[in-house]
Amino acid sequence: MSDGPSPDVRGVLILGAGGLGCPAAFALAAAGVRELGVVDDDVVDVTNLHRQILHGEPDVGVSKVESLAHALERRFPRLRVTPHAARFDASNAVALVTAYAVVVDGSDNFATKFVANDACVLARRPLVHGAAVGTGGQLLTVPAGGRPCYRCLFEEPPPAGVGPSCAEAGVLGPVPGVIGALQGAEAARLLRGENPAFAGRLLQYDSTGMAVRAVRFNPNPTCAVCGAAPRIRALDAAEYGDDACRT
Amino acid sequence: MATIRIPTPLRKLTQGKEEITATGATIGAVIASLETAYPGLKERICDDSGQVRRFVNIFANDEDIRFLKGLDTPVKDSDEISIVPAIAGGRR
Repeated sequence: MSDGPSPDVRGVLILGAGGLGCPAAFALAAAGVRELGVVDDDVVDVTNLHRQILHGEPDVGVSKVESLAHALERRFPRLRVTPHAARFDASNAVALVTAYAVVVDGSDNFATKFVANDACVLARRPLVHGAAVGTGGQLLTVPAGGRPCYRCLFEEPPPAGVGPSCAEAGVLGPVPGVIGALQGAEAARLLRGENPAFAGRLLQYDSTGMAVRAVRFNPNPTCAVCGAAPRIRALDAAEYGDDACRT
Repeated sequence: MATIRIPTPLRKLTQGKEEITATGATIGAVIASLETAYPGLKERICDDSGQVRRFVNIFANDEDIRFLKGLDTPVKDSDEISIVPAIAGGRR
């Protein structure tokens, strides 16, 4: 483990160029961040456009990372976006997060979310986690090295068939917009060296009643990745399986 | 009766209700009571052995029950219990 990024490691890595990643990237660019990386292996689909705000109809069929980079660099000429047209998984996660100072998780599946958490804890990079489904969203920040981390709160991903099914996993367009923008604001704070606002704190947003609530959570001494005797010391693809809903 | 906050993914089982009330001297008893009123809810919270699923957390008055007495955590009438599952998705 390193003790954190060296001074030449800058910028924010965004996992996913979709409903969370687009508003997060926009918020970071607008906040003056000059270096962004974005990882996604998908292409723009017409059904994405109601929530993936940096893509438009002319981008349908185009790589999402290229579409996002083009849209942002046109608006923010001093911004440099590095597109990583790849799937973020156990084979490349630690190398990718190590190249950036802060990581934003805008992924849409549990397997990637657990890979992101474990890679960031192992590489000692802060992670701003976000998730959105239906009318609800969640946000929390994992400090460099964890304690607490996402796994301190949610120990394992749901087994296949137990979590929300693929058919249930739609989302109301503005919900990822709210969560993604908050992720961008939190990542900008971290990049400036400020304390995270959501470390050990899970924010829950429910657009049905416009309710925002937060619960505090503590480091879990038995956490598999940042506990006193961690079981996970390197990423192994077998730990994460595949996401049954992945398209 | 304790007040139970239902997360958005489980509200299909509670007729869309965000808050419900239930009786029970412990968290485990409250979950059993919820299952009687809203069949199907327990299996979304607990696994086959009856333990809280590892991607779900229950907070009793904002305290994580894993660090209290788990399902044996006592419940008072004025308590507010939150069920908080991990979420992911939002593909459409």
